[in-house]
Amino acid sequence: MPAVLIENVHKSFGAVEVLKGVSLSVESGQVVAIIGRSGSGKSTLLRCVNGLEACQSGRIEVAGHVLDQDQKKLRELRKDVGIVFQSYNLFPHLTAGENIMLAPRLAKGLGGPELRRMAEEVLAKVGLSEKFDAYPDNLSGGQQQRVAIARSLAMQPKVMLFDEVTSALDPELTGEVLVVMEDLAKAGMTMLLVTHEMNFARNVADVTVFMHQGRIWESGPSADLFAAPKTPELQAFLSAGVH
Amino acid sequence: MKFTLNFDPIWPEIDAILEGILLTIGLSAGAIILGSMLAVLLVALKSLAGRWVGLLVDAYVELMRNTPFLIQLFMIFFGLPLLGIRMSGTQAGLLAMTMNLGAYAAEIIRAGVESTHRSQLEAGVSLALTRLQVFRYVVLKPALAKVWPALTSQFVLMMLASSICSFISVAELSGVAAIIESRTFRSFEIYIIVTLTYLVMALALKSFLLALGKRLFPNLSGVARINARGSAV
Ligand SMILES: Nc1ncnc2c1ncn2[C@@H]1O[C@H](COP(=O)(O)OP(=O)(O)OP(=O)(O)O)[C@@H](O)[C@H]1O
Ligand SMILES: [Mg+2]
Repeated sequence: MPAVLIENVHKSFGAVEVLKGVSLSVESGQVVAIIGRSGSGKSTLLRCVNGLEACQSGRIEVAGHVLDQDQKKLRELRKDVGIVFQSYNLFPHLTAGENIMLAPRLAKGLGGPELRRMAEEVLAKVGLSEKFDAYPDNLSGGQQQRVAIARSLAMQPKVMLFDEVTSALDPELTGEVLVVMEDLAKAGMTMLLVTHEMNFARNVADVTVFMHQGRIWESGPSADLFAAPKTPELQAFLSAGVH
Repeated sequence: MKFTLNFDPIWPEIDAILEGILLTIGLSAGAIILGSMLAVLLVALKSLAGRWVGLLVDAYVELMRNTPFLIQLFMIFFGLPLLGIRMSGTQAGLLAMTMNLGAYAAEIIRAGVESTHRSQLEAGVSLALTRLQVFRYVVLKPALAKVWPALTSQFVLMMLASSICSFISVAELSGVAAIIESRTFRSFEIYIIVTLTYLVMALALKSFLLALGKRLFPNLSGVARINARGSAV
């Protein structure tokens, strides 16, 4: 039973079809990277997986939940599926610690010293123990993104989704975020990530998927895909060097 | 003809004036607290409930914002007894002020809520929060922080408008002034005192609310100040 199963998903915005029958599966503990040009539908696919976008047809199953637009079922699914965005989206009025503790408290009913200990633990995992009481405004972009990852981890998800989480960062700050993600991959987290970091995809992802014009154009074990791209589109994409 | 100010006949009335001040403060504080709660409720309904509830909220807000406060006060004071609801002038005044302020404050808070970036909502629901939880814990506080200066002005305006309650014989500061005037005939003197008192109360309320805003929203308060190097601090 794969941790993520996407079967023939179609998604249109108005008359524009953005996903034209996408199928993909991610095994438990696997890391799958999605690459592709801007506008090829990568974010849309990721957002369909946790129900932020509703797809018109097809079937999605994540962490044992069949995707359904029913609010209650969607919340159950989201307890097991974390997502991290390009723009961090921390809550500006809450400290790092409060950002992390909010959802476990409200969605899972955790509380007390136990909750605080857990928050400290995930913050330590992303190397920011000393920032528990800092507000997002007083953190660098890289630190904010690491807090956002910790916030997702605090829900103890079975699957993590990442949408270009380093694209908004200065080059010298992307490293610290990628290290956190690599650690997470090594620890066995199931990850589906959209990335423009080709080295990261090649070295960390088990499988890389190339999306083009709303379709999965080519996919395979990362080493093979990068060493010997088969389609001219992927060859062009990889040799362009600018993603 | 020469006019000389004569405050002497007013001094014996000072206790009445103080009581009027206290009632003005009480009415205003009550209306600010209850009106704010009403406003948040209206905005929550508009954000979370269905379309028809939203239209009802709009209708209420427009009704209160496009009719005179004096007429609203009369409708409540003279109208409700006809429906079998008896209340004192002070109670009617508090209710009218609450309903009026609730509508104006709702309009202000709604603007703050609407300025919330969609990504904040997505982050909230992605963490398995309900829509109500997203409103309460993610949206509301930054929205209030953003519009706090506008809310502060509205609260001060309401405090000043409490003087209109004197039309239904509420003995707040203006009502007391009218009574003293009719007893002493020192109109100008009494209204000098009342004007200065309102001015002091308005400035004090404004300072208090701005200080409260800094406490409630320590890292979100007000407009970013721009320092000499041009970066926001
Ligand atoms: N909410 C929306 N409404 C209408 N069109 C949308 C919406 N979101 C995305 N699109 C369109 O869908 C297409 C795919 O967008 P998507 O964001 O999935 O691309 P992407 O592969 O993530 O690109 P990028 O690398 O720039 O992030 C684009 O043409 C985009 O304009
Ligand atoms: Mg994208």
